[in-house]
Amino acid sequence: MDEVFDVMILGAGAAGLTAGIYASRAKLSTLILNEGAVGGQMVLTEEIANYPGVPATKGYMLANTMKQQAKSFGCKIKSNIKIASYHFEGKVKTVELEDGRSFQAKSIILTPGGRPRSLNLPGEEQFKGKGISYCATCDGDFFTGKEVVVVGGGNSALEEAVALTQYATKVTIVHQFDHFQAFKYAVEEAQKNPKIEFIMESELRGFYGNGVLQKVEIEHLSTKKRSELYIDGTFIFVGYQPNTESIKDLVQLNERNEIMVDEAMKTNIEGVFAAGDCINKKYRQVTTAVAEGTIAALSTAKYLSEIKVEQEEVLNEQV
Amino acid sequence: MKLLQTNLHEIETAAELEKMINENDNVMVCCGRMGPMCMPVYDVMEELEEERTDVKFAVMAFDSPEAGIIRNAPECRGFMGLPFTMYYKDGKVTHATSSIQNMQQVTSILDEQFAEKV
Repeated sequence: MDEVFDVMILGAGAAGLTAGIYASRAKLSTLILNEGAVGGQMVLTEEIANYPGVPATKGYMLANTMKQQAKSFGCKIKSNIKIASYHFEGKVKTVELEDGRSFQAKSIILTPGGRPRSLNLPGEEQFKGKGISYCATCDGDFFTGKEVVVVGGGNSALEEAVALTQYATKVTIVHQFDHFQAFKYAVEEAQKNPKIEFIMESELRGFYGNGVLQKVEIEHLSTKKRSELYIDGTFIFVGYQPNTESIKDLVQLNERNEIMVDEAMKTNIEGVFAAGDCINKKYRQVTTAVAEGTIAALSTAKYLSEIKVEQEEVLNEQV
Repeated sequence: MKLLQTNLHEIETAAELEKMINENDNVMVCCGRMGPMCMPVYDVMEELEEERTDVKFAVMAFDSPEAGIIRNAPECRGFMGLPFTMYYKDGKVTHATSSIQNMQQVTSILDEQFAEKV
């Protein structure tokens, strides 16, 4: 733990990589620590067709380009690490890893992103990859000629359900409400598809099978009546949650566990900024994450120049 | 022809895979596509390749006809999620997983499967 970086960015999705590009290009010594794979939710997106200036591209390719871009400006990236503790108080912030290493920086940009929600039901982990999937694009063809359940009622759930009808003979959408949160076009597209059936006001209660998934248990929420549905696969699309559990006692969060920031991406702690899917905002897009990462990096640079001036003034007074 | 854009060695033929598992004590091969469930596993392998010098890491393109050696392996029966990841010790399959795995899951399998037998 010798070097004190100017900026330590925690997370390497679109916001973190963008902050890394801007900070390192501004000649700030920059370290990105990332607990998962570089790219965040971008990597989970098969095609990104609405990133301005870039024709339709694979999510992983855009992520890889951002990563190389950040590295080319001198940004250091350590991924797949596990953070044990955070110390954000004081002028120098410290992050300790589970493997015993620790890193220090004068400022922090929090970009931990979000992750697909799981249902946390009995059998979910056991049948992951053996009938349970979170990616229709990846695994849809394993279910050719089979029957599947899609869980969720947002745009992802309905769009992926329609996509799955290319392979599956029958797709049953199970949704907890009596209406969908998805956009009207996505709902209409699903409703007019003859291969799609709907089970509304219901939730899954468990996954069962012998080696591979064979059936799910479903509960109707108002009648509490439970039933079994024999299927070959289940695709789960129940939204995203911010990865803020480990910092919930350090920075101010809202009721949805999103980090509260101002227009400069400042959190309630001096020298700690945040950007991307973890913050309080309405629209979660690669473009919004990129914009916030930019603002966070520029605000951090401003903060660092201000504390440098303060330190010089103190030194001058002492002389 | 290489089909996967990773920094890992890409096995292109079944014969090459056979040679690798016969010439190395511990081998981990991830058979997938350039998709959202596979990329994180490749990333974990790239990270581990520097520190786990006792393990040979490689990838294989799932859609290559040559990858039938993994797709049709008995250990992959019932697998319905990419990638298919194989762990070989002394030329034999010791473990196989389906779908995305994180660093902790991969390292615990490596520790468990490739520990020196006393």
